[in-house]
Amino acid sequence: METDTKLLRRGGDTKSQRGTEESPFVKWLLITIALGFVVVFLLLPLVNVFWQSLAHGLAVYWESLVDSDTRSAIKLTLLIAGISVPLNLLFGVAAAWAIAKFNFKGKPMLISLIDLPFAISPVVAGLMFVVLFGRQGFFGEWLDTHEIKIIFAVPGMVLATVFITFPFVARELIPVMEATGTEQEQAALTLGASGWQTFWHVTLPSVRWGLLYGVILCNARAMGEFGAVSVVSGHITGQTDTMPLRVEKLYQSASAASMTAAFAVASLLALLALITLVVKTFLEWRTQREFALAQRSVSETPLLAPSIQVPSRQQ
Amino acid sequence: MAARKFNALPGFGLTMGFTLVYLSVIVLIPIGGLIFKALGMSWAELWRLATTERAMAAYRLTFGASFIAALTNAIFGTILAWVLVRYHFPGRRFVDALVDIPFALPTAVAGLTLANLYSGNGWLGQFLVPLGIHGAYSQLGVVIALTFVGLPFVVRTLQPVLEGMEREVEEVAATLGAGRLRTFISVVAPTLFPTIITGFALAFARAVGEYGSVIFISSNIPRKSEIAPLVIITLLEQYEYTGAMALAVVLLTISFSLLIAINLLERWASRYHQH
Repeated sequence: METDTKLLRRGGDTKSQRGTEESPFVKWLLITIALGFVVVFLLLPLVNVFWQSLAHGLAVYWESLVDSDTRSAIKLTLLIAGISVPLNLLFGVAAAWAIAKFNFKGKPMLISLIDLPFAISPVVAGLMFVVLFGRQGFFGEWLDTHEIKIIFAVPGMVLATVFITFPFVARELIPVMEATGTEQEQAALTLGASGWQTFWHVTLPSVRWGLLYGVILCNARAMGEFGAVSVVSGHITGQTDTMPLRVEKLYQSASAASMTAAFAVASLLALLALITLVVKTFLEWRTQREFALAQRSVSETPLLAPSIQVPSRQQ
Repeated sequence: MAARKFNALPGFGLTMGFTLVYLSVIVLIPIGGLIFKALGMSWAELWRLATTERAMAAYRLTFGASFIAALTNAIFGTILAWVLVRYHFPGRRFVDALVDIPFALPTAVAGLTLANLYSGNGWLGQFLVPLGIHGAYSQLGVVIALTFVGLPFVVRTLQPVLEGMEREVEEVAATLGAGRLRTFISVVAPTLFPTIITGFALAFARAVGEYGSVIFISSNIPRKSEIAPLVIITLLEQYEYTGAMALAVVLLTISFSLLIAINLLERWASRYHQH
């Protein structure tokens, strides 16, 4: 594909190069500015995380990670992500099914409401749960008499994380499910499959890449969330510190050793971000290729076009 | 697209019911709770708490720094998107993947590494600090952090529009004798402008709510380098719930206004691209 357009462009350029392409000087100037911006704002900060964390050698790096408070922070982060991601996955699938496969009034409104958590400052989101479940909150007294702790405890941190990562799976899945249409499901039902079988064997396989895409983005945010979780955490070392909160605490104690430790914990989170990016890039490349394949077969066999327009139905 | 699907698929009631209940419990009730509780105050009280001297200084910094950061992103993000779509150079795909780093990297990590980079003995700070440019523990630091978190928005909003732009129009302009600069100013720029503004608004909205990365790189001095979300947290830690809620309502109102503005902008931008 890429070489095709490249050739086409070359062909066009010989006729009217002056008007459709910048002079080589301008072109390379723009590339230099863009790359300079990327290096200073993206590449250096990323490389710096790993560099600083390993500045005093592997032994020190390892030591700061096996520290018991850091280990409990890692465990808590995994626990919170382990609860919130499946919850939002379940919601995402249900919401996408209802929104993409059916027509009803107020659909755009519902989609806007699902996106709402993206617009709200994480700190304000955290405060909302303090207002509901804190000492002076709506349910504060009731929770107090029943000795249930939500704020400054793990349940509040899970709630805050669920709120922050709420839209991820749904918003990735809705367009994918809309694109696949309903004919295949209709066919399966006509052939005698139950609703559940249809979902499991027809719908789910056709949206699996979009689903995975949403889940990894959701997971990255769940493990990295700082503001909202910070409000409801209470910052009890070894108990309610997640990895990002642990980074902050180590950073604030301001000794050289704790700074290296802060970078060590940060390097794990940066590694998670890199893995997320690699998977994301791979999934995008995959969908693009499927889409290109589908389009090519459409142009080659126009008679079959209606049934293979949609990339994810290729296999 | 089938406008009205003949629909025999099962599960609408179940999935819709679950969606609405879950949406209410996780999102709508908490938002409603905050607004309800805040409205329990009188308007005068709410106004007084939301406009204390400390709060006003924090708004100025939050919105000022967010504006500069979003503007920086509008300029460099446009150049970056242009370069990524129009030119072929070694490492283009790698750079394209890098653009998503601010989305994927936890904000605490971003703040930590940026503060270190611009501090006196950091990679960039060792050259900048002797020149009197203090990127860490300063107001400039707030701008740097907010530029980082907002970076992908302009690029990712602009890329599909640039890809979809018909180059014939530019060719026609060229055939009619326009130079490249003239073509850019009178043909390309007007088409891109609404999209750049949309990207700017998205980056601005993201920056206004940002907390994690900023508190690492800012010196967090009240009335000087303290952002609005940090004032909320400080008030909460001092058990001044009403004060915290007053500021939260201000931020929430601004977030919702920006959300509506962005929706309108997107509609405006898409009108330019339906050929």
